[in-house]
Amino acid sequence: MRWGAFLRLACLAALCLFLAEPERFGFVFAPFTRDGQPAIYVQNALLTLALNHIAIVALATSIGSAVAIALAVLVTRPVGADFLPLSRTIANIGQTFPPVAVLALAVPMLGFGTAPTFVALLLYGLLPVFENTLAGLSNLPPDVDEAARASGMTEWQRLLEVDLPLAAPLIVAGVRVSLVIGIGTATIGSTVAASTLGEVIMAGLINDNLAFIVQGALAVALIAILSSEQLMRVERWMIHRRT
Amino acid sequence: MIGFKAVSKRFDGKTAVDNVSLSVEKGEIVAIVGTSGSGKTTLLRMINRLVEPTSGQIEVDGRDVRSMPVHTLRRGIGYVIQGNGLFPHRTVAQNIATVPRLLGWGSDRIAARVDEMLALFQLDPADYRDRFPADLSGGQQQRVGVARALAAGPDLLLMDEPFAALDPIIRGKARADLKAIQRRLGTTIVLVTHDIAEAIELGDRIAVMDAGAVLQFATPEDMIVSPASDFVRAFLGTGERAFHLLSFRPVRDFVVPGEAQGEPVADTTTLRDALAEALWSAREALPVRSENGGIVGRITLDAILRQGARPR
Amino acid sequence: MRRLDRVGLLVTTIGAAGLALPFVAFRENRIVPGVPIPLPAALPAWEAALLGGLLCAAACIALASVSPGKRLAGSLAAVAMLALAIGDAARLLTPPGDTIVRVAPGAGFWLLALALLLMASDAVARWKLAPWPRLGALAVATGALGALLWSGLWDDLSVMREYANRADTFWREAGTHLAVALGSLAAAVLLAVPIGILCSRLNATRDVVLNTLTAVQTIPSIALFGLLIAPMAWLAATVPGAAAIGIAGIGAAPGIVALVLYGLLPLVANTMAGLDAVPPAANDAARGMGMSDVQRLVQVELPLAFPAILAATRIVLVQNIGLATVVALIGGGGLGTFVFQGAGQTAMDLVLLGAAPTVVLAAISAIALDAAVDMASGKGRR
Repeated sequence: MRWGAFLRLACLAALCLFLAEPERFGFVFAPFTRDGQPAIYVQNALLTLALNHIAIVALATSIGSAVAIALAVLVTRPVGADFLPLSRTIANIGQTFPPVAVLALAVPMLGFGTAPTFVALLLYGLLPVFENTLAGLSNLPPDVDEAARASGMTEWQRLLEVDLPLAAPLIVAGVRVSLVIGIGTATIGSTVAASTLGEVIMAGLINDNLAFIVQGALAVALIAILSSEQLMRVERWMIHRRT
Repeated sequence: MIGFKAVSKRFDGKTAVDNVSLSVEKGEIVAIVGTSGSGKTTLLRMINRLVEPTSGQIEVDGRDVRSMPVHTLRRGIGYVIQGNGLFPHRTVAQNIATVPRLLGWGSDRIAARVDEMLALFQLDPADYRDRFPADLSGGQQQRVGVARALAAGPDLLLMDEPFAALDPIIRGKARADLKAIQRRLGTTIVLVTHDIAEAIELGDRIAVMDAGAVLQFATPEDMIVSPASDFVRAFLGTGERAFHLLSFRPVRDFVVPGEAQGEPVADTTTLRDALAEALWSAREALPVRSENGGIVGRITLDAILRQGARPR
Repeated sequence: MRRLDRVGLLVTTIGAAGLALPFVAFRENRIVPGVPIPLPAALPAWEAALLGGLLCAAACIALASVSPGKRLAGSLAAVAMLALAIGDAARLLTPPGDTIVRVAPGAGFWLLALALLLMASDAVARWKLAPWPRLGALAVATGALGALLWSGLWDDLSVMREYANRADTFWREAGTHLAVALGSLAAAVLLAVPIGILCSRLNATRDVVLNTLTAVQTIPSIALFGLLIAPMAWLAATVPGAAAIGIAGIGAAPGIVALVLYGLLPLVANTMAGLDAVPPAANDAARGMGMSDVQRLVQVELPLAFPAILAATRIVLVQNIGLATVVALIGGGGLGTFVFQGAGQTAMDLVLLGAAPTVVLAAISAIALDAAVDMASGKGRR
């Protein structure tokens, strides 16, 4: 555990330093270049790209998660019960849509840039959270549910104080999946001119510059691993307290 | 305290409870006993409206249960279920505080009440307050479940097979503890069980149910002496009835002055347990000690045996 | 009177919006913005009336009837008519012999199709079909779609125009796509099952393997491809014969390796979970009957873990079909080629030519393997 914490911190520090002052790391990426190619991407500041990347994903994932949780709550209440079978099917089939397709189909409607990426992230990010919230809310231990009703909680109190907290670890797992997919889709978003770290990788692919590809890929991979790891720790903490 | 008036419940045309009328007095323990599918749990759950009757009326404290909002009704009635139903994401203290919090008590009052309930159920507040249910043994979880149900001081406690998940060794103690606490608080208890011995031990009165109907509603003694039907007789078990008679009479009522040899028994022990002890240790009489430890006299084997005879 | 069906209400609302919006978009060529054309103007009066009638009938059934059979029949009849109508609209709006103009389905068509497909899938979901009938229904639906495409009724639609221009490339890229998705699935299964067995035996390796695979799966696809390009190029340049068997820095090779790596986590985790879930009694009985460890593994444990492994296969296959689109970015080909070309040219038809087959493939795999998983676990329980 100690080692894990140290490794995490070291990765985070290295990532921040690299994003802030990439020139210092020129020596690391120089071996990947050929014929005097630049070793570090300088068209746009890496820090700006990274912050953009994170902002798009964070915003889309939080809005998407909120909507997904609300929808899952709705279809598990008596008022929305009619939609339960249909919504399960949609969540199941919806996840077979490749995120890239969602991204590309958003372009004709929204033009190039960040907008289609954001919409694709939002739409696609709904599904894992929705599915997990649904699973969490429909597999509550029956005796706990009964105890909540019998102690005189109103529907709202039951939802907020018992049902959602009990489903929380699964919901967080859904948010994590959504976040990971989001970070990846935002990277590909640079093919439709979204300003994200994917831009660095694309520049490398177009100019056949391996150094760009590797530095973009490393930065994105580290952001994804670190943030997913953080959510996984939240999940474990939630589960640990009650077992 | 509770009045059932011609209450019936049908699920999809199948009758679960069939025209039941009975009344429960304040401060007594009523045990509803029957085989599975006899409708006993449905009858219980209609009191706090977890199930709504198809016809008939139920009154608690003279008021129709449907005359108030269901949440208000339930907050005034304690409920304990077989699986204990503790909230796994909340600490022991938060679990016990559930209904007081719903009732809007102040936090000091809640904290004091939680500690009081923990002490009452022999759990050290400092040690157990902040634990999670998963940390507790089965017996401790069960006690916390009852403590939670009693936390807001309800006049009425409903229990659905509360001891079924406990192993036999601690089940006896859990029953004795419940009875002691009930005597102290004066709570009216309606308890559902499939175990006739449990019903006889705990119940001031017993309702035997079969196929949705109450076949007999009487004190354990009356029921053993004059069962209302062959079903009730069979349910009580003819080979057991003498021992049943002994099992709800405490030694306290039959102590005579005098001395006896060997290990004393507590005056709260049932005659049945005293008999077992006398037979096992081959003694004609046992010394009896009171709650504070002093010897108050003795109980003789003869006296015990006389109590097992069919009353006339 | 019974209350209106809530799903029916939603479906009808979507459908009504679809009727109000333009049915097709007409464009002078494949790049310019389209001119919206409403339903009545796009079809001859009799056909528009027939379609309208069937849509109304479907709406009435959706609102008033609870029988899944009726709901399915109503929606399918309307879907069939809608499919014929969009093809006819394209044929009638295209001047004879013209190959430049494009007639694409408009927002109205898409909403109508969405509403009817929602209605149909709701009916199927409420029906709770057993696995075999589900496979049968899937085969019929796939056959109907194939027949429609083959019949030429849609040949004047813009997507099919794009297809006609690229028929050879299309089939080549589709083949590459399938080869990448299925090949990496096969490799992942072959690698993952032994790793899973090993991890379920050796507790020490368990956490390390699972944590590593979880971290790998977290890395975005394009980043992982990028990270693999360098070592693959190095392999191609230094190991004799590596280049000859197709290993290269750019192209499908890093993509396939990445897909295999992604597939390992679900497969290893489920193999392990499946083996862990084998009832101890079954294992004891096998030992008691004198089976060797290998016999026990092959005859008892793996068959009992099979449904879990199959479930992971379903996840990985669907994931691979989706991820294989991204392989196009590193020059690996596949249907993603059309998606990225189309996105680059804002040619929605071209995007659809890549995306639609991908979605159909993934959906067919998902439904078929879901049914297989249900069958396998049903057999396991008996």
